[in-house]
Amino acid sequence: MQNYLHRASFYALILFLSMVHAPLNAALNIEIYGGGATRIPIAIVPFSAESRLPQSVTTIVTADLGRTGLFKLVDSLGHTPHEPEEIVYADWQNRGASALVIGNTAMLPDGRIEVRFRLMDVARQVQLTGFTSTVSADQLRAVAHRIADIIYEALTGDMGVFSTRIAYVLKQGNKYALQVADSDGHNAQSVIEYTEPIISPAWSPDGSKLAYVSFENKKPVVYVQELLTRNRKAVANFKGSNSAPAWSPDGSKLAVVLTMQGGSQIFLINADGSGVQRLTQSSGIDTEPSFSPDGRSIIFTSDRGGSPQIYRVAITGNQAGTAERLTFEGSYNVSPRFSPDGKSFAYIHRHGGKFNVAVQDFARRQVQILTDSKFDESPSFAPNGKMILYATEIGGRGILSAVSSDGQTKQRLTSQAGDIREPVWGPLLKSQRTSKFIN
Amino acid sequence: MKKILSVLIICLLSACASKTTQPTSESEDRTMGGGGMGAGAQEGMRAGGGGGGGGFGMDPLRDPSNILSQRSIYFDFDNYTIKNEYRDLVLAHARYLRDNSNSKVLIQGNTDERGSREYNLALGQRRADSVKNAMLLSGARDHQIESVSLGEEKPRAAGRDESSWAENRRADILYQGEY
Repeated sequence: MQNYLHRASFYALILFLSMVHAPLNAALNIEIYGGGATRIPIAIVPFSAESRLPQSVTTIVTADLGRTGLFKLVDSLGHTPHEPEEIVYADWQNRGASALVIGNTAMLPDGRIEVRFRLMDVARQVQLTGFTSTVSADQLRAVAHRIADIIYEALTGDMGVFSTRIAYVLKQGNKYALQVADSDGHNAQSVIEYTEPIISPAWSPDGSKLAYVSFENKKPVVYVQELLTRNRKAVANFKGSNSAPAWSPDGSKLAVVLTMQGGSQIFLINADGSGVQRLTQSSGIDTEPSFSPDGRSIIFTSDRGGSPQIYRVAITGNQAGTAERLTFEGSYNVSPRFSPDGKSFAYIHRHGGKFNVAVQDFARRQVQILTDSKFDESPSFAPNGKMILYATEIGGRGILSAVSSDGQTKQRLTSQAGDIREPVWGPLLKSQRTSKFIN
Repeated sequence: MKKILSVLIICLLSACASKTTQPTSESEDRTMGGGGMGAGAQEGMRAGGGGGGGGFGMDPLRDPSNILSQRSIYFDFDNYTIKNEYRDLVLAHARYLRDNSNSKVLIQGNTDERGSREYNLALGQRRADSVKNAMLLSGARDHQIESVSLGEEKPRAAGRDESSWAENRRADILYQGEY
């Protein structure tokens, strides 16, 4: 099934990319490989007056779109239209572009920056979409991601996720940092730093909080921390171990794994830590819960059948129904995560000594193994379901990677130093946008 | 009677520890099935050691000549049963807790690094629980013992070879004030 010749050229490309991509700072660098056969040819003309800005907007937009593997970037050298009337469509048709991005930037007297952009259909010679937004200099990256989202949505019909954030744990020496970064790896900030391990970060559905497991008290305890205020609270600190937090879709509850009644079992608690109720009843290990998008069921890892496999239970109120086994291939299937549309789940499947990201759909139970590396862990879907973020290992240290949910495109996010683990993609936020569409 | 029962239980537990797997890049995953118990119940009926020994005036928990100074119980790959060689150690600590009702311990279970972090956390818990249960059967009380897991997060040996992994398949007994 796998084309090994293709694989070989693929790794040659990685090697090449890793040689030309020497990271200059601690920010994550993203490398892309693979890519679908039919890519949308798009030309992005540098916006006017960008050289005066602290950060080029079009560079970020270009990188965002390039990472998806869905676009073919058409050279725009020599042509610099910034307004629709300046466009000579025949030139762009000759270059093979079917979409064209143009725009302006202007520094305002109060120091803010006005950004305008338009997406043009080259064949039909009409504007598809566009907007104008006035922002402070430190919001330029955010505006660029927003523009990339709008272009992606207009051309693919799917939601863009460039404005979302990711969280992961960075281990450097004996220090552990829970970090939050933009989806492109920039703007990484530590939420909390410790000399004790942190695992299992989980975004609240509104993106304002992270639940995670910290070992600072010589045992695993589940905390919930607000990102804005940095206030945090131990929400599960019962006798024994407390771990594997998963938010319910409405953000009101957490599924957690507690050992206080013997064994590792799944419980439901309110998001403030109150109201503990046991959800699963087995004599084996039940762990790694993940809620369905409608909140009516959870999938989890259990060894009740003799080896770790993935199961699903319906939840009515706070009661769980009978568990149904979902995975049957292999003796080690762990770390399940629901897809955003609830139709499939990603997980880690061990085969031939390798641990890889796999996806199984509920309707047909078809399994697709998406990666080919040795040690992959912690898969999580992008909010549009198109990519899966996971951690893999290269040269003895963990790095972030993402694979498209069809397995076609892979991207690798690396950082200069440290060992990255436990990545999780944050939710899509309906943020307040200070932009308006232009015609 | 109670004592004999506890020794029996430990022997029963240890009977399952006979598997000698040579792991490669396998993870610690397969669980102990219900089968296999009881096969070794007749062997090793004698519980040796105890918490009594040690030099005068020295804290028995720290006296190197006292078994109570030994705090680590090692496990086979993919296994959480207490091996015969650790029965005396576990019994000694159980008796110490029985005789010192104000003493408390934290038992931390650990695993090697291969596999899912959360699943390994649950496997480490099993190791800690198995030490706790053996102690409860030998006279320690529930409120004296907390069993927790560190999973693969706090490896004592950093290597990526069988000897490091074996070192990390372990449960540690820590007395109050030591953690």
